Amino acid sequence: MPTEVLMPALSPTMEEGTLTKWLIKEGQEVKSGDVIAEIETDKATMEVEAVDEGRVAKILVPAGTENVKVNTPIALIEGEDEKPAKPAGAEKEAAKPATKEKPAAVKPEQPGDEHKLSYEPASAEPEIAPGTETVNLTMREALRDAMAEEMRRDPDVFLMGEEVAQYQGAYKVSQGLLEEFGDKRVIDTPITEQGFAGVGVGAAFAGLNPIVEFMTWNFAMQAIDQIVNSAAKTHYMSGGLVHVPIVFRGPNGAAARVAAQHSQCYSAWYAHVPGLKVVAPSTSADAKGLLKSAIRDPNPVVFLENELLYGTHGDVPKGDDFLIPIGKARIARAGKDATVVSFARGMVYALEAAERLAKEGIEVEVIDLRTLRPLDLATVLSSVKKTNRIVTVEEAWPVCSVGSEICAQVAMQAFDDLDAPPVKVSGADVPMPYAANLEKLALPSVDQVVAAVKQVMYVA
Amino acid sequence: MASEKSSRSGSGGKRPTGNGQKQPAVAAFTRAERLDAYKQMLLIRRFEEKAGQLYGMGHIGGFCHLYIGQEAVVVGLQMALKPGDQVITAYRDHGHTLAAGMDAKSVMAELTGRRHGCSKGKGGSMHMFSPEKHFYGGHGIVGACVPLGAGLAFANKYRGNDRVCLTYFGDGAANQGQVYEAFNMAELWKLPVVFVIENNKYAMGTSIERSSSTTNLSQRGLSFDIPGEHVDGMDIEAVRAAGVRAIANARAGKGPTILEMMTYRYRGHSMSDPAKYRTREEVQQMRDTHDAIEHVRNLLLKDGVNEADLKAIDRQVRDEVNAAAEFALSDPEPDPSQLTTDVLV
Repeated sequence: MPTEVLMPALSPTMEEGTLTKWLIKEGQEVKSGDVIAEIETDKATMEVEAVDEGRVAKILVPAGTENVKVNTPIALIEGEDEKPAKPAGAEKEAAKPATKEKPAAVKPEQPGDEHKLSYEPASAEPEIAPGTETVNLTMREALRDAMAEEMRRDPDVFLMGEEVAQYQGAYKVSQGLLEEFGDKRVIDTPITEQGFAGVGVGAAFAGLNPIVEFMTWNFAMQAIDQIVNSAAKTHYMSGGLVHVPIVFRGPNGAAARVAAQHSQCYSAWYAHVPGLKVVAPSTSADAKGLLKSAIRDPNPVVFLENELLYGTHGDVPKGDDFLIPIGKARIARAGKDATVVSFARGMVYALEAAERLAKEGIEVEVIDLRTLRPLDLATVLSSVKKTNRIVTVEEAWPVCSVGSEICAQVAMQAFDDLDAPPVKVSGADVPMPYAANLEKLALPSVDQVVAAVKQVMYVA
Repeated sequence: MASEKSSRSGSGGKRPTGNGQKQPAVAAFTRAERLDAYKQMLLIRRFEEKAGQLYGMGHIGGFCHLYIGQEAVVVGLQMALKPGDQVITAYRDHGHTLAAGMDAKSVMAELTGRRHGCSKGKGGSMHMFSPEKHFYGGHGIVGACVPLGAGLAFANKYRGNDRVCLTYFGDGAANQGQVYEAFNMAELWKLPVVFVIENNKYAMGTSIERSSSTTNLSQRGLSFDIPGEHVDGMDIEAVRAAGVRAIANARAGKGPTILEMMTYRYRGHSMSDPAKYRTREEVQQMRDTHDAIEHVRNLLLKDGVNEADLKAIDRQVRDEVNAAAEFALSDPEPDPSQLTTDVLV
């Protein structure tokens, strides 16, 4: 039984082509790999190779024929001593029932479906039960303690990055870790962000739990391919076979007077990426509880810290088991008149503005998102239901920002609850300038937040 | 330092340098090993021919980079590994999956995007994995698998096991910056990794002479003190021998080696490559005079294996490939519910 040679598809988009030339004659023997014909596609002239061995029994489509549809039989090849080839129809038959599922079976996606709401909306009750024994720590110490506790708990957890060991951390976050855990687990890397991010991801493939510190997230731009293409996508691309339990952490956003290349906020960049979790704490307690959760999480977590918050103090519950769940926002201040949603250093402006507005009789509810992916929209929406007004505050650029996403989700899901259009307070849409006065203008201010709240409340 | 290092590769003789230089004599294959190598290489070739055919029929979509011509590299190196050693590579990965022992059915079904593909149909040709077989991909970003492989080796060292990671990449990737970042850390930390450069002479359509200021890629690690070997990648016995030396060094804690495998792909970069950057004669000449499978076949015949036995192997391989293709065409597409699974653990 001769095998049919079919008009091949030679590009992902080809549907038909011109059979320009035959390089074989009827009766000729061909070997697998011999070029048998030339075909002109929509893109180029391509050579077609024989896939089977045998004798050309018949040429079915003469040279020069145009518009030959893909999969049209163009020649017949007779096998030699091989087991008779399957009837040509058999393969085609097998090809057909590729059981295409009806597209209708796909559940229509609800707006906001991408943010899985795994928690009840946060309540205004204090998360840390009254009477819990606490210790006052800087955020720097809280982060260090989180890493130290997790490293004590699990020998697979290790820290790598620039200056994390002997120098004790460029921002002193890893102070004391080298002394306690040794250079096997606290590893100074060369200045080679893409390289050591990749080494971290590879180690995570093998089941270790790396904490990769970037001296700042600005430098992680060199490594973003490894974070997005290798860390975030591999679990999905492998059909769930490969896990990537890694934490990427370091200071994010503007510090002070370090200008454009050292002052960018990457919140929206990473929050955009499925396969990542993204965390941005604003208090010592959140920093500790969330970093511990991040280290224990089986997924890649991007942990965005802030240099200007490293020295801020806060009460942190004692004990090694203090965890804050990823994906849960916190009501930092309860109020009924307007909702202000912020995260990281944006919370400083938000809370100070709330304080000032309280003196004018306006009670603002301030929500600290804490996690930027998955977003806790339930908490935001339930607050908006109560206040009917929303302002977002962040230091990042305004276009396609986390604030943009919050405003869009509120407009889509709570339009009828709104008494005023949402307002976004953000950094200016410029690279960060160096001059002190310009830098101040490029960042949000308490005044702007106060004005935004008054705007959504229609008060002067 | 360099001279001290060069003695390291001297376990198999003098440090090889020049292009095309033959390696020192090594233990030849037994007849059983040759038969096994023949069968495995043939499986990859027939599998790839079938994949090309299915692509032509529209059953495989997107990009499809065939491994035809390079079979001796993965099969030879796999023979040099111990169970538990890891393998990672770039996007031309079909041969690596099969050499690692992954089921041809699940690999072909991944190419056709079906639910029992090794990545459940979500990864495709360039993204296949099997932690069970210690195969870690299948990576579509050129050069990215090199630090990842160093990271797998890092984990071996961290755990204190004696596993080695084979990290494959191409001559094109050898010009990526992160490759050198990985070289530096691998030697600095003496990671148990072997860097295998599959030099098939063309980075997509750009010949190595047109893309590289130095074309002897085995020497690309010298500034990091990483020794290199230039290996005839069409000679599976030379491939395995070089692999054995490099892997032994890595396992002994002596750090990485670069193996530059001189090989050749008969097909285009991908299925939609008209291959106008080289002549048909060049390809034909490689096929006629350097084919890795023919080479072993001839050795077997000289060794007294008869044609009929080889035909039987051919038939066995064809049956396996046909069964894989049938499976890959009859297996259903992924359930639509699979769209949103496996994003997070």
